Amino acid sequence: MATLFLYTARIMDFELTNQHRLARATARDVARTELAPYAQEWDQTMTFPGEALKKLARLGFMGISIPKAYGGCGLDSISYVLIIEELAKVCASTAIIVSVHNSVCAYPIFMLGTEEQKQSYLVPLSRGEKLGAFALTEPNAGSDPASLETVAERHGDHFILNGTKTFITNGSTADIVLVMARTDRTKRSRGITAFIVDKSFGGIIVGSKENKLGIRASDTCELIFKRCTVPAANVLGELGAGLGAALDTLTFGRVGVAAQALGVAECAFEESIRYSTQRKQFGRPIADFQAIQWMLADMATEIEAARSLVYRAAWLKDRGKPFAAEASMAKLYASETAMRCATKAVQIHGGYGCMKDYRVERCFRDAKVIEIYEGTSEIQRLIIARNVTK
Amino acid sequence: MIAIFAEKCIGCRLCERACLFGGIAVSGKTPTLTDQCTGCGACVSICPKGALVADKAQPGQIHHLEAYRGIFVIVEQRSGVLQPVSCELITAARRLADIRGVPLSAVLLGNNISRHALTLVAHGADTVYIADAPFLEHYRTLPYVRILTELIASKTPEIVLLGATTIGRDLAPRLANHFRTGLTADCTDLSIDNDGTLLQTRPAFGGNIMATITTPLHRPQMATVRPGVFTAEPIRTGQGEIVHIPVTECSVDNVVEIVRIEPKQKPAVSLEQAQVIVAGGRGIGEGKYFAMLEELAHLLNGEVGASRGAVDLGWIGHEHQVGQTGKTVRPRIYIACGISGAVQHLAGMQSSDIIIAINNDPHAPIFQSAHIGLLGDVHAIVPEIIRQLRQ
Amino acid sequence: MHPLKIIVTVKQVPDTNQVKIDPVTNSLVREGVPSIINPEDRNAIEVALWFKEHVGAETTALCMGPPQAVSALEEALAMGIDKAVLLSDRAFAGSDTLVTAFTLSRAVMKIGTYDLILCGRQAIDGDTAQVGPQLAGFLGLPQITYAEEIQYDGMTLTIRRGLEDSNEWIRVKLPALVTVSAGINRPRHPSLYNIVAACDPERITRLTATDLKVPAAMLGLTASPTKVKKIFEPERHARAEMLEGEPSHMARQLIEKLRALHALDREHNPHEREVSSAFNRL
Repeated sequence: MATLFLYTARIMDFELTNQHRLARATARDVARTELAPYAQEWDQTMTFPGEALKKLARLGFMGISIPKAYGGCGLDSISYVLIIEELAKVCASTAIIVSVHNSVCAYPIFMLGTEEQKQSYLVPLSRGEKLGAFALTEPNAGSDPASLETVAERHGDHFILNGTKTFITNGSTADIVLVMARTDRTKRSRGITAFIVDKSFGGIIVGSKENKLGIRASDTCELIFKRCTVPAANVLGELGAGLGAALDTLTFGRVGVAAQALGVAECAFEESIRYSTQRKQFGRPIADFQAIQWMLADMATEIEAARSLVYRAAWLKDRGKPFAAEASMAKLYASETAMRCATKAVQIHGGYGCMKDYRVERCFRDAKVIEIYEGTSEIQRLIIARNVTK
Repeated sequence: MIAIFAEKCIGCRLCERACLFGGIAVSGKTPTLTDQCTGCGACVSICPKGALVADKAQPGQIHHLEAYRGIFVIVEQRSGVLQPVSCELITAARRLADIRGVPLSAVLLGNNISRHALTLVAHGADTVYIADAPFLEHYRTLPYVRILTELIASKTPEIVLLGATTIGRDLAPRLANHFRTGLTADCTDLSIDNDGTLLQTRPAFGGNIMATITTPLHRPQMATVRPGVFTAEPIRTGQGEIVHIPVTECSVDNVVEIVRIEPKQKPAVSLEQAQVIVAGGRGIGEGKYFAMLEELAHLLNGEVGASRGAVDLGWIGHEHQVGQTGKTVRPRIYIACGISGAVQHLAGMQSSDIIIAINNDPHAPIFQSAHIGLLGDVHAIVPEIIRQLRQ
Repeated sequence: MHPLKIIVTVKQVPDTNQVKIDPVTNSLVREGVPSIINPEDRNAIEVALWFKEHVGAETTALCMGPPQAVSALEEALAMGIDKAVLLSDRAFAGSDTLVTAFTLSRAVMKIGTYDLILCGRQAIDGDTAQVGPQLAGFLGLPQITYAEEIQYDGMTLTIRRGLEDSNEWIRVKLPALVTVSAGINRPRHPSLYNIVAACDPERITRLTATDLKVPAAMLGLTASPTKVKKIFEPERHARAEMLEGEPSHMARQLIEKLRALHALDREHNPHEREVSSAFNRL
């Protein structure tokens, strides 16, 4: 199906390069052999795909857009979204684990880190020797991150972190966590600093793994910082500039999540095509009925639109242009498309669509989660509105 | 190649749809050939306006086609035992030789194998050439090629046939190379044209379609045929000439050395001998459902087969594969479960006595090759058959 | 010891498993069928990479095909192959196995020295298994086909060749050509680490008929001795007698029919082929 969507006007150069095609083919190949046979089981048993991730790491999936000099693959953002999309088509959980690691842990260290930080943290992250996470959300600071309460107090050449972070993807499995903490109580958003925290520093209590609706193979948990001592050398970027950095980081993260949503939507669509052309009622395939055809047509159209938004956001980023509004549009539209497509897919599958044995049931649960994390649809609309009214 | 008369083109694009290879593209009213064009002429026959014409001129070949006469079958032996495919080929080649009114020769290389000559005559060979020497005991590419090319060069047969076994498929390409002639692999049918052209039919395009291939202007015409495609029939006790070819060992023969030959573990699956085969394809949904097919096969005293699709998905081992790239079988009963019926698969099982297809798609091509069709869910029907057979 | 020079032949093929037949017209649906590296060529690449990693080898992938076949070579490079050569020219179009092997042999000569040539056993779109042996023939090399295991002691290859009923252990000195079967190994995935370098156009040498210094009359369709006379849909039987209804009903009908034909009898003469004719009379 993918090729169908890429028959777009040449004049705007929608053509993928050989690099893009090879990256996509590689991800597709890897997803088919290393993820597809196990994804359903991982979902049902909430199993973190550790072994598969080791294989992915050896193939470069943990440093997709990081330059070769820092142990990465040096691929552009379009390749990145193509890869996440292909992984998500098969296993949305693996896609988010890889996406979080790449876009909101490794990537900000590459953008803001000192040479020393890059050598100590970025290189092992992009080689996949260490797994990364990003800790911003708190029980009382979700959509409003500036109100976060985790504090970092300076003691000589160290900071001591205290506070609770919640819903942290890769929380229990990550070795390196980017933590946003308040270093200045007198300021709101400008009092927040980003820290590179190695789990081995101690003082981190890992809460239990959340039993989620969807994206169940990724581990999401609470991280409680109790006198966690972090060297001052591990401050990422400027003191007090953490939230700005975090939000910039999340902008790229959103494109990854949008790609993940796109993959889920495509999966729901492809399964629907397969099912509706095979399933027969009243003596003919249900795809012959207009009621089903309209659903399929809407799905195809929305996926095509979502794809354009997602690829365009990545394209803007690759050209060094501002892409915050586009990233939010992509995340908003792609995740809602995933939800609509999954809903239709379940409907098309009828009773079977409600069964755990059927792939669309997992799409449905995953899509709902994707609409919420990395900025809910409402937050994305807020960002978009701010951009269009300023 | 195909000649294009663009002024006649009306832009209907039928040729594009007729071409299997994407070999022609029409832009407006201008057809152009692409790199994929094989010159097969499918577009020529469909063009309503005669804008496409097959250009028959083909430079560069042979000379005195009539100087080549007779049919050779290269016989295969392993550890001194004749392989069944050889007698199948001789039986089939006899029919071709009779149509052409030419002699049929069998060629056998090995060690202490002269006793087989009579069997080959009984199946229809007029002449049996035998090269009997210790260094020929086991097939090795280089000495066999050396001896056979000398013989073929001196006897100039018009057709040379070999079994499409691991040995025949190793040997035939080297022989074809030597004579710079055409070779068609794994034929499922052989017939002969009025002018002596061998019509070699085999599945093409991954086994999704059939192609008839010829070697019009080169000799000998060479083909390999898979075991089981033809049936061996001892047709007569008549006279045949037995000719011993003197051979001597040559130093280059030993570039490749056989260290040892070990029998394979007796394969648990002997599809070729099975009287009943229960086969599964991708339509059964998951690998685990092969257990159900095994149960049915066991009840019917049969074996389990599989389509290429199921094997490629890793649901079952390659040794179970039936079809062009698997085994050719002809059991009394072949039960195809969730197999759509690609030509690739049909090539391996269509001569089964009774073909039963179970599939939930009424349009599945398998129903056009089956004798009995059961339209419905294989997961409901097969357990039901098992239950009733048990009673 | 100098590193071995290994050439792997690679063919780009349509993923024939994804070819479907239109149920209405019974014609092939080719649209959207992706192109892939022929599966057993991937096994050959993996063998070459084994030599590279365990013995030391300089590996070259050689592919003949249309310009788009460059993606097969890029994938081979991303798997870890060192160099790639694409043979592409209109003059090569329509080559049969003999002419393909001849053309490849000229490219191998152009590449120069080599110790080992590796090929996949056969391609899934043609299934002929001829190009490997024919390439060996044109280069005057010994060939080992159907390799399922390869050992190397620095001088000699010892290869397990899988025949239908036996395994042959074969010893051959280099240079040689080996065709490998799918069971020999599990090919690796391409690596994302290698993609940027693999897609550098400089990595792939392009050769045309002119570069090979071969006259057009010896190439492509014109030089190929075999011709495709016709392509056709296979003849199918008349439509099957369809059983419909509840599974239990269908199963009962089927078993009755088979009983009537004595097809379920355990004792029978295997040479007796009367069942089908009896069936036809029904």
